[in-house]
Amino acid sequence: MAHGTAHHHESNTKRIWTVFVILSIVTLIEVVLGILKPEFLTDTSFLSMSLLNWIFIILTIYKAYYIAWSFMHLEGETKGLRRAIVWSSVFLISYLIFILLTEGNYIYEVFKTNHVAWDF
Amino acid sequence: MEATVVRTGTEGKTWGGGNEPLKASYGKLMMWFFITSDALTFSGFLAAYGFSRFKFMDSWPIADEVFNHFPFLHGVDAPMYYVALMTFILIFSSVTMVLAVDAGHQLNKAKVTFYMFLTIIGGVIFLGSQAWEWKNFINGTYGAVYTEGGNILQFIDGDGHRVALADIAAPAASVRVEHEARNGVWFESEGSLPSYSIEEVKAGFVANPDLLIRTQIMTEEGEKTILSREESLAKLDNEAAGVVEGANLTRNEYGPPLFGDFFFFITGFHGFHVFTGVLINIIIFFNVILGTYERRKNYEMVEKVGLYWHFVDLVWVFVFTFFYLV
Repeated sequence: MAHGTAHHHESNTKRIWTVFVILSIVTLIEVVLGILKPEFLTDTSFLSMSLLNWIFIILTIYKAYYIAWSFMHLEGETKGLRRAIVWSSVFLISYLIFILLTEGNYIYEVFKTNHVAWDF
Repeated sequence: MEATVVRTGTEGKTWGGGNEPLKASYGKLMMWFFITSDALTFSGFLAAYGFSRFKFMDSWPIADEVFNHFPFLHGVDAPMYYVALMTFILIFSSVTMVLAVDAGHQLNKAKVTFYMFLTIIGGVIFLGSQAWEWKNFINGTYGAVYTEGGNILQFIDGDGHRVALADIAAPAASVRVEHEARNGVWFESEGSLPSYSIEEVKAGFVANPDLLIRTQIMTEEGEKTILSREESLAKLDNEAAGVVEGANLTRNEYGPPLFGDFFFFITGFHGFHVFTGVLINIIIFFNVILGTYERRKNYEMVEKVGLYWHFVDLVWVFVFTFFYLV
């Protein structure tokens, strides 16, 4: 079982607390934005989604990056392992999201233009 | 004859065998396999949620109006605070987990024990918080009326404040009694009846000229449509089919049934992960106390369970965004 790696590790506590502070600040920003909902962000639309929602999603991915890289220690793994994990997931998930959201939007349009009645 | 030795011509190369190209142990690789597949499962759920949300783009409930409870602040509108607190709890328990892993690298048994303990406590608090959140969601606050087409009609007063069914319903003479299996046909029974019948709500609505109906359709400004008094009366008279209080898998007082279904399913599935995470953490915690890893001179098990725990935190970050923020 022993890999002989146990003695090469230095303590990373400082980095851990830094990441904790970053994650907390980002969460705080999200919460404050979610409560205030500034009008210029909700009213501005970019790629058919409000700027506020884009900010939320980008901040979420930013948090996910820190959790995966620092806490799950992906930054210390070999390039091959990291890519196997990240690229597979990112590719499959992006494809799934793209295709389902497109379809959902299409059904919304069909309902809206009353080609199909659903509210009796 | 010489011994048959298979030669592939790839000896000494990265994938030629006899070395570890990914420089990770078997257990850790398998944990990553599991996490990746589990991540795809969660993505499937969240993408399906996104699909339904796009499908009901103009009638989806506004999260701030649904999740606005906070312990000991009864009746106070506190959107987001509680779920933000839950997020902090989970992030913090992730931090203590990674501190335990770090202490494991130093072979510091006392520290690993302490941080594992904190992690377990954090997980338990999170589970309790989620139970409370579910309780509020299931019980509901105001109640609503559902229509034949499955839409939700909510009630507001002249100032635009939500009004609970209890403040509307006029007690009627004819009260329908819940049918139980012991009365009449033995194999037929029904679920518990709502506190008020639709007739009582209708009568109370007619009697109070202040009340208006709010439909689930979103206006251009991102608020729910409010009908005029005449429209409200007509709508209630023509379409109202029954009373709904709180939420179950069939219907809920907030909006489309799928909203409640996805809430139960996704937060429930995540909560189940947290629950198993706590269980596995407890097992590892006892192993640490018993000195299993001390004797191995290797705390990699803590690292593996840590990976799972961080993954649960990672999923929550996305659930938080897509259920409460966006």
